[in-house]
Amino acid sequence: MKKTDTPSQPPETRTARENQRDSIWQALLVPVLAVVTGLLLGGVVILASGANPLEAYGALFTGSFGKPANLIAGLGILFSTGENAALIKAIYPFTESLVIATPYIFAGLSVAIGFRCGLFNIGAEGQFFIGALCSAFVGYSLKGLPMIVHLPLAIMGGALGGALWGMIPGYLKARFGAHEVVNTIMMNWIAFRLSDWLLSGPMKASGFRPVTPNVLATAELPRFFSAPLRFNLGFFIALLAAYLVYWFLFKTTLGFEIRAVGANPDAAKYAGMNIIRNFVLVMALAGALAGLAGTAQVLGVDHWVGQGFSAGYGFDAIAIALLGKSHPAGVVMAALLFGFLRGGATNMQSMAGIPIDIISIIQGLVIVFIAAPGIIRWIYRIRAIKTETTVLTRGWGS
Amino acid sequence: MTNTHTKTASEKRRQTSLGITLLATGLLIYLLFGISTESEQLTTFGLNLAGTQAMPIGDLIVPAQATVYLMSAIAAFVGAYQLARGVRSSGALLGIVAFTFVVAFLTWAAAGKSFNLTGMLTSSLVRATPIALAALCGVISERSAVINIGIEGIMLIAAQVAVVTATLSQNLYVGLILAILIGGAVAAFHAYLVIRFKVDQIVSGVAINIIGAGVTSFISSRFLQKATNTLNNSGTFPIISIPGLSKIPILGPVLFENNLVVYLTLLLVVVMHIMLFHTPWGLRTRAVGEHPKAADTLGVNVYLVRYVNVIIGGMIAGLGGAYFTIGSVGRFDEIMTAGKGFIGLAAMIFGKWNPIGAFSSSLIFGFADSLQVKLQILRVPIPSEFLLMAPYIVTMIILTGVVGRAIPPAADGQPYEK
Repeated sequence: MKKTDTPSQPPETRTARENQRDSIWQALLVPVLAVVTGLLLGGVVILASGANPLEAYGALFTGSFGKPANLIAGLGILFSTGENAALIKAIYPFTESLVIATPYIFAGLSVAIGFRCGLFNIGAEGQFFIGALCSAFVGYSLKGLPMIVHLPLAIMGGALGGALWGMIPGYLKARFGAHEVVNTIMMNWIAFRLSDWLLSGPMKASGFRPVTPNVLATAELPRFFSAPLRFNLGFFIALLAAYLVYWFLFKTTLGFEIRAVGANPDAAKYAGMNIIRNFVLVMALAGALAGLAGTAQVLGVDHWVGQGFSAGYGFDAIAIALLGKSHPAGVVMAALLFGFLRGGATNMQSMAGIPIDIISIIQGLVIVFIAAPGIIRWIYRIRAIKTETTVLTRGWGS
Repeated sequence: MTNTHTKTASEKRRQTSLGITLLATGLLIYLLFGISTESEQLTTFGLNLAGTQAMPIGDLIVPAQATVYLMSAIAAFVGAYQLARGVRSSGALLGIVAFTFVVAFLTWAAAGKSFNLTGMLTSSLVRATPIALAALCGVISERSAVINIGIEGIMLIAAQVAVVTATLSQNLYVGLILAILIGGAVAAFHAYLVIRFKVDQIVSGVAINIIGAGVTSFISSRFLQKATNTLNNSGTFPIISIPGLSKIPILGPVLFENNLVVYLTLLLVVVMHIMLFHTPWGLRTRAVGEHPKAADTLGVNVYLVRYVNVIIGGMIAGLGGAYFTIGSVGRFDEIMTAGKGFIGLAAMIFGKWNPIGAFSSSLIFGFADSLQVKLQILRVPIPSEFLLMAPYIVTMIILTGVVGRAIPPAADGQPYEK
């Protein structure tokens, strides 16, 4: 399995163009091989736990994409009788995977934009929660507004809540050099405690359960299909956000500054760039994106917020940003991948008895392989090519 | 005593802001707790703990309002003194004022009621144990310049291994030893990734956390939940009372009536302090953490030191993992570490990468943790969630360096290339 199409001539005769082509090729090859290797090792774990990996991955596939046979049958019924119920049922798994991928896109962008500036945002989980709570609050407390006003207000509420939650560690980092990894984790715990209090007191709906009231219909993200399908506008807003982040990072001066600060803060400072402003700005943007992830989940899917609402999103977001090489297009692809994995995992659990947690194991392995491309190159005997590396973190120091 | 040290402007500013903060704390104590206590109320601090061997002594009964006023006055005085004179050991001042705040708070919370102080301190130490072990793991790794934020994942794996092997073998010591070994093995994997492949240390740690949570939850829901009695029911280490010492009032129940894991933790703090600061190994470790190139030049094997330290750290975290199952409840629950590994890292930074400092900070976190449980019993009119936030907020304030900056080892987090 060591097939790459790298030419075999000695390096000194290679042209710059060939080098460039190979580096793009390899930039795509390593993540793909990392995912493949992760799935293979996941299969080994499934096998070791006494189940059949093929059966499990089959259930994973039909759980995330639906059964092709059902789809064809559904289309047949639609054309012959005009009845779309069977088709809706057939595309349910696919749309549900997209629904799951939606907050992943936002949250992955949140971590990715941080990485681009050399900041590690482990706080996406807390920002997600605060964003969800803020948008839910706007969604259920403002009454009598038309949708055209209410929905944007609720979305903005979520983004602002998240931005505030991200901005605090950003400011502490910029002003005092306090490490954002610890501070964002602390902000996560503060967010969980705050939400415990809000959900059991000020924001609690009537009834026993500690959850918020449902948001009003005017604040819900519109859905495209009838009842069981939850596919909604949020997915396209997420794609738009990915494009905007791309445009911001690569086509604006501010985006260039952010990447410069990430690549070399000392050089950026020497060139007259304002490090403090950039740190605060990036963490606010990262928080806003994570807040939007929560917002998309509340306004598009659940319509209320309960305890443990954001569980796991923070680490998933890190995996997605790493897998997507902190590039918005890569993040979208990685988020879709994890959406399909998580979407199919429920089916895998019920059909093959494999706990959902297998996805976390695969995720962790993928992160290891992405972070250590040397391992992947070593397994598949790929020659290393000097490529542009994305800055990740730099210890506790400021 | 002459003060030959000329203060820099920033130092002066820091001291002034500290003084104002302390003064404000004094005022805050008065406003928060002083006004609402009534003059005739008494607060009873219970000093005896039922079921322990300590000699019984009388409970401490104090007039609530007078005590709160006294604490407020002490805090204000310390703040004013700092403003006027500028004491250099700001940590000590902060400690005094934090102490007055806690005393005033407890007096106010338990005014007219009784509050068992010894029980509180005992549970503080127990709750501090896993945090302290995580912090010690961090200290030993980072002194050799390897950041390990995968402690949470290591502890989860070790916790599960401990309880399963102890249940299968019907022997808690087998569980303990295997937990320590698996902790070392996972840490060795981390060390291999970051030293051999130069993987970003924080990313590697995050991956270990995700894999640790994933693997343990996977095994738990696929195997343990169906066979709780045969796989996940080990019992716990018994409480060992140290003869004689456990009879001392207050100190006896707190320090000398604990289980093996707690004693090992106390021992480790002392041993690690001696090892780090009074042995050649410690000197090499610190040299590798501060200036690996210089250490290398002098013939220290930088990679070897890092491997050894990270693996020892992992073994300590493995002990911390064992605490969660065979050291306290005797069974594994999914994600039962609940962020203790990360709080341990905060304790490490708070304790300035120093074993004794890290342990003391862990005690503060443990104290805050058990305080919250007690306050729910006392029905204090503040939501317990806000009290639970306090340690996190305090950590963030500490990290700003307003009260004395925590400086990591100079090479912390950087891979070393020959």
